[in-house]
Amino acid sequence: MPELQTRASDAVQLALDSGADGAWASASRTRKVEFQARDGSLEKVQEDTSASVSVQLYVDGRYSTHSTTSLKPERLGAFVKEAVEMTRALAPDPDRALPDAALFAGRSDADLQIADGTVDTITREQRMAWLDGLDAGARTHEAVISATSYVSDDHTRGAAASSNGFEGTWEGTSVWVGAEVTVREEGERRPEGGHWLGVRNVADLPTMSDVGAAALNKAVARLGSTQGPTERTTLIVDPQVGGRLFWSLLRPAHIRMIHQGRSFYADQVGEQVVSDALTVTDEPLLPRGLASRHFDGEGIAARPMPIFEAGVLRNLYADTYYSRKAEFAPTTGGPSNLVLAPSVDKDFAGLLQDIGEGIYLTSWLGGNSDSTTGDFSFGLRGHHVHKGQIGAPIGEMNVTGNLLDLFGSLVAVGNDPWTYRRFRTPTMVFEGVQFSGA
Amino acid sequence: MKFDRRMFLKSAGATTATLTLPGWLAGCASSAPAVAASTSGAQVPDNPFYAWFGIDDATLSRVMTELTSRGADLADLYFQYRRSNSISLEDGIVSRADSSINEGVGLRVVVGEQTGYAFTEDLSLDSMLAAARTAASIAAGGGADAPVAFAQQSVPSHYSLQVPWADVGITSKLPLIEAVAGYAKAGDPAIDQVRVYWSDSEERVLVADSRGHVHTDVRPQTRMWVSLSAKKGDEVQSGAANIAGRQGFDWFTDERLRMVAKQAVDRTMVLFDARRPPAGTMPVVLSAGASGILLHEAIGHGMEADFNRKGVSIYSDMLGEQVGPDFVNIVDSGVIDGERGALNFDDEGQPCERTVLVENGRLASYLHDSISARHYGVAPTGSGRRQSFRHTPMPRMRCTYMEDGPHTRDEIIAAVDNGIIAETFTNGQVQIGAGDFTFYVKNGWLIEGGKVTAPIKDCNIIGNGPAALRAVTMAANDSKLDTGGWTCGKDGQSVPVSQGLPTMLVSELVVGGDDA
Repeated sequence: MPELQTRASDAVQLALDSGADGAWASASRTRKVEFQARDGSLEKVQEDTSASVSVQLYVDGRYSTHSTTSLKPERLGAFVKEAVEMTRALAPDPDRALPDAALFAGRSDADLQIADGTVDTITREQRMAWLDGLDAGARTHEAVISATSYVSDDHTRGAAASSNGFEGTWEGTSVWVGAEVTVREEGERRPEGGHWLGVRNVADLPTMSDVGAAALNKAVARLGSTQGPTERTTLIVDPQVGGRLFWSLLRPAHIRMIHQGRSFYADQVGEQVVSDALTVTDEPLLPRGLASRHFDGEGIAARPMPIFEAGVLRNLYADTYYSRKAEFAPTTGGPSNLVLAPSVDKDFAGLLQDIGEGIYLTSWLGGNSDSTTGDFSFGLRGHHVHKGQIGAPIGEMNVTGNLLDLFGSLVAVGNDPWTYRRFRTPTMVFEGVQFSGA
Repeated sequence: MKFDRRMFLKSAGATTATLTLPGWLAGCASSAPAVAASTSGAQVPDNPFYAWFGIDDATLSRVMTELTSRGADLADLYFQYRRSNSISLEDGIVSRADSSINEGVGLRVVVGEQTGYAFTEDLSLDSMLAAARTAASIAAGGGADAPVAFAQQSVPSHYSLQVPWADVGITSKLPLIEAVAGYAKAGDPAIDQVRVYWSDSEERVLVADSRGHVHTDVRPQTRMWVSLSAKKGDEVQSGAANIAGRQGFDWFTDERLRMVAKQAVDRTMVLFDARRPPAGTMPVVLSAGASGILLHEAIGHGMEADFNRKGVSIYSDMLGEQVGPDFVNIVDSGVIDGERGALNFDDEGQPCERTVLVENGRLASYLHDSISARHYGVAPTGSGRRQSFRHTPMPRMRCTYMEDGPHTRDEIIAAVDNGIIAETFTNGQVQIGAGDFTFYVKNGWLIEGGKVTAPIKDCNIIGNGPAALRAVTMAANDSKLDTGGWTCGKDGQSVPVSQGLPTMLVSELVVGGDDA
């Protein structure tokens, strides 16, 4: 990686030579290979390597950012020079400044186990064998119309440097596998199901036929689906899909959103905002985590950060610029991995028994939320729950409410996190949730 | 580390597609030398695109020979240079600008229904030959004949600009951004914060294919987004509006700036009085314009022929069938001047057209790329699109709209006893096979006893594609295209699209309301 570190340092120097007072630069390179098969035949192969340089400029109290894939020295030189000139046209802003170098200190040197060298040695035969495995699991039902299998792996290296002393590198690999199955049903509908997962290390991949079978089971589970009811009842959320709720819950938990009047967390740090069943920590140093990192996009040394503790909002995401504007201590610019502490020592099966009656949510469809008010409305699919058992499939329905009310009604967080996503959500149970359907 | 964003999008599933009005897109412009769009019919010896990308016929032929060395039914090279600029205003000042350059070539070979693909950002002959060998590995046969000469094809002109974005400096844009912020701030005393995001971009595209054809194009794109927060006592509300198109600097007239500022103010201020609609199934009136999101989700994606040739769309066996009342005519067009989804030719070098999806209520045509067109034995519809040189083309929508119906807006509202009007939207999604689709209504109105009574907000609407078309009972004579900057996501690729609709009544959709 010395080459990338040099490229980043050179870009900082180029910016300073072109008239900038301060600069941050990063250089990265990613190799990616994707294979896709449909119904047992190879359908698509894509392989490539991509590289770019990004520069953030501070010129006479003004700020701009630039990136390019055009890396020939003469083109890069002209690009940076022009960028500096463009920056001079902007308004000065005293809050635009490089991060405080003190925040670079204390960087962990722990092995995050996120770069697996064996990813570079995966052969065409191995990828074909994985596709065959996925396909074998996905096409064992007579109703299958078509099954598509995917395998993809990538290896990224990067380096960054700044004019106030930052130097750092990163490296990560990931392998994603999945299958998508469409099944025939009486009438027009052709329900589909997909199952996807990502890992950092090849050794962490599950058995491919199990992944294919999971996709098939999700499609078959939709057969006979009817429109869900309009009612208020208990909601139990599958661990695989809970992450969606946290993108909505965390978006306003950034000092930028509060400063801009777009957050329902204004003046709420230190206050109980949701149910005491919720304890969430941002864990950037999680071994093998899909979003693990030693430092964030500004170079701030990564450390675990509690977001909610027993329902109390403990911290906000805060980058340098908006922290200065809002006079708030910088933390980190955005989420890494999320880990939820279980509120009960039970998994999905145990919690299903506990709730008795309600609706089991297995996937989302569309919807959105307002980060200013917390109002949300999401489409969903799932099943009735009756006497602690999963019942008939239902869909074509929405869940609607306010995020703070919803998480205020969180009664249980299970001990069964889904680890194949950066937000590692377990089973969650909410009470008194408004559904709309037939 | 952006490794998992693309896969995250993709993991929504290949048969799930989305449409969003994102907070902001990487935008656009500036000062590379302008290249005139060529419309000549013959080989141009000093083709400026050849010069820009540093290529000639011999290079193209050499790379094409390598690309087709193990066999090919079709092959193409997609050269692209994209320069984007964006500028943002917050708290009364413009204190951030961004620019980016993306340049490279995508190399594709298709054998039957198999695709081999590679790209390189390094346009040296050695890099292109290496990428060609990688892409060619999909095939296992003998070599195909590659053309030795390439003939430049004439193309129409749906978005030629008076002044290319490359010649518009940042100092010209700043007064417009400050003006629109001023109009918005003055729109209501309760407006507390104003944010404006500007973007403009210019793409140079050259497609060379195994037929020996070369197509070249300069594709502009621009967008202005106004986002507001307003405060009344302790209550804060946020809203936004935006305008976008394949347009130039002169498109941002004072009238247009005032319009987008007013839209943002109106959409924000009405939220203070808005409530949630009741929960459940009810009639939904779609306002003219942006409600075209319903067409995009309920039928547009399902008519993309890749899903149909694989048998995974709910519309796979329905071509020629009556799917709605006679007055329903739905079009997907790439040839409307200045539209965000307009194209002089598609990303496979095929001519664009006005494709009729539904004619007098009957399913008329799918949207085809070259692969699906060959599968069905029909001509491509110019719908093969890709996000960039890093992506393979597939059938996509361009500008999807419905033509006028026989009713009036007043007649439609009067016909609804208890229901809602859906007016502005943020995003939608569809499952291609099951046919379930959704769209999120940011602003709308309650209808009670045939009269508009109160504003509503924040409800997701869900329905099933063919069932929703059958439930279209009225459509007005006021069809119009929306000017918002919509972006369609499919299989991890985003492309700009546009849409439109007349005022329309669907007798039954599920409204995500609240009975509390």
